[in-house]
Amino acid sequence: MVTVIDGLSLGAIYALIALGYTMVYGIAKMLNFAHGDIIMVGAFAIFVTFSTLGHPLIAILVAVVICTVLGVTIERLAYRPLRTASPLAVLITAIGVSYLLQGIAQLIFGAGNNPVNFLASLGVVSFSLFGSQINVSWSSILTVGLGAILMVGLTLFVKYTRTGRAMRAVSEDRGAATLQGIDANKIIMITFAIGSFLAAFASLFYLSKTPVNPTFGSMPGIKAFTAAVIGGIGSIPGAMLGGILLGMIETICLSIPAISSYTTAIEFSVLIIILMIRPIGLLGKKRRVKV
Amino acid sequence: MKTLKYFKKQFAVKHFISYFVLIGVILVMAVLSATGALSRSAYSTLTKIGYSMILAVSLNLVVGFLGELSLGHAGFMCVGAYIGCFIFNLLEPVTGSGILTLIIAMLSGGVSAAIFGFIIGVPALRLRGDYLAICTLAFGEIVRNVFKNLPFFGGAKGLNTGLFDRTTLLFVTLVTVLVVLAIVQNLIRSKHGRAITAIRDNEIAARAMGVNVTYYKLLVFVLSAFAAGLSGVLYGKAVGIIRQDNFSYNYSIEILVMVVLGGIGSMNGSLIAATIITAVTVFLQNPPPAIRDALNLGDDTLAIVKTIAYAVILILIIMYNNAPVFAGLREKLSIKKLFAKFKKKDPGNISADEAKWDRITTKIEMDEVLRVDVKKREGELTDPDKPERGAK
Repeated sequence: MVTVIDGLSLGAIYALIALGYTMVYGIAKMLNFAHGDIIMVGAFAIFVTFSTLGHPLIAILVAVVICTVLGVTIERLAYRPLRTASPLAVLITAIGVSYLLQGIAQLIFGAGNNPVNFLASLGVVSFSLFGSQINVSWSSILTVGLGAILMVGLTLFVKYTRTGRAMRAVSEDRGAATLQGIDANKIIMITFAIGSFLAAFASLFYLSKTPVNPTFGSMPGIKAFTAAVIGGIGSIPGAMLGGILLGMIETICLSIPAISSYTTAIEFSVLIIILMIRPIGLLGKKRRVKV
Repeated sequence: MKTLKYFKKQFAVKHFISYFVLIGVILVMAVLSATGALSRSAYSTLTKIGYSMILAVSLNLVVGFLGELSLGHAGFMCVGAYIGCFIFNLLEPVTGSGILTLIIAMLSGGVSAAIFGFIIGVPALRLRGDYLAICTLAFGEIVRNVFKNLPFFGGAKGLNTGLFDRTTLLFVTLVTVLVVLAIVQNLIRSKHGRAITAIRDNEIAARAMGVNVTYYKLLVFVLSAFAAGLSGVLYGKAVGIIRQDNFSYNYSIEILVMVVLGGIGSMNGSLIAATIITAVTVFLQNPPPAIRDALNLGDDTLAIVKTIAYAVILILIIMYNNAPVFAGLREKLSIKKLFAKFKKKDPGNISADEAKWDRITTKIEMDEVLRVDVKKREGELTDPDKPERGAK
């Protein structure tokens, strides 16, 4: 039971990050490798604000604002000039941005670990189920709950608002959407803003699991990216499914001593196996290739 | 007369310049090491440059000619290093620690990496672009995770390989660079190389023209992995202990930086960039104390600056080569134009001369006619003639 809740909470974190990857991929047709490092920046923002002001809510607010602004800035400066370039060029630029953010963070904060644990200080909830005592930390419950709210909100946003409809149109066919009067650049910018907004929350939740350092974002970033690909990159429900699936696999593997040290290998093998069976991911849409 | 001209064209000096330079380097090194002028650190730096060259050239084959991004090159190197050095350790009591054992170890490391290249190449046949990139990244992480947990490879402490004789290792490395370069260059300039670039430019069209896409994709992956495996064994014997942390995703990126810095698709560029980046890295890892004191820097500040510099270089080069904003600047600074000025040739004719080879002037003329009153506007999405590779 505890494993399931922990798995869900890790899965919710992965899903939140994966949503950022998948939305950007669906709409701008590029892999934003720097997404994991936006999480790192968000975590440092929380660390700095929390240790100077001591108020968790302000810290979260600051992190959200910084992440969103950062996401939009990266899009404007690094990716928009390359809108017509080959995917390989954009991908390499994204890797460059990721390195740049890590380097700058290392220059400012050093390579050491900075623990922030106001979520962990919320304590644990105990209750009994089928006669056995179960302890679940508040941070896990908060992660799952808030994660679910954010994901439902996002789904509703994309489905029912005008902007959401424009996003889906751009994702379907950018040229045709532009002809309908949709400003594709603006929509892509909004997508980056939403992705980074979700990343800020992901950084908050991930802080309850590990202390922040300059490479804080790279592992959850790669894992969440894996999750997005497993679910079918470009598909929003796919990212949620993939994230939760990966979180569960990771937690279950870690809880079995015989295979716990091979967790990373198992997770990535799942990715490769799924891609071999279904190259578009679990919920991905198949597109015809034309010459 | 015609044959003579043909041979002259085939054996143009520019095709062989990298071999001449490399052989020159080997001869100079031979003289220097015979006179004892090379210090211990010079040997290790030169060996490091050598195996970095092998890595850059083999990654360039995948990125520049097959057009697929591989983020797991360090993973292949890791397989080669572990298996090759393990076999070296096994053979050492039997055949001694001579050059023969080293060559057997290198071949076995290369072959085992090539087998993994084949394994990763199979899903690669069904995947494209971004999906393949994440698949290779995943592969690199799997390899590291598995080697970390296998007890007979030393586990997390790493595999102890023992240092090889410095002088022999340097020359083996340089000769390997030469061999790998020759294989790769000849592959590219052959019929097979044209098939590979055809797949890069348009896979469906290449398939329609009868190119065996499966065969060539696997060939490139296997060959590139084999070279990375060779380089892994050289690395293992140069550093004495292999630890899986050193083959992380970051190292794959470092190799990618070499390829991008040298120019995607340019082998000579890869060689030069591998030399520069490795030399700079070695310099920054052990900066002369005088400089460190003068700048009053901490121990790792220079390493961090290196990371930032890599990132900035990577972004700027891609921007410069791809962004429409810089098209004007690119035109102005193009080397071809500078040469044209030098030769007093009209720069306007260069592109026309180049276009002559395929003789589809009708299409070009038609485009010119059609383009007269259709000006390309700022922010236009795609060139209608050229569908996006990502669009399916």
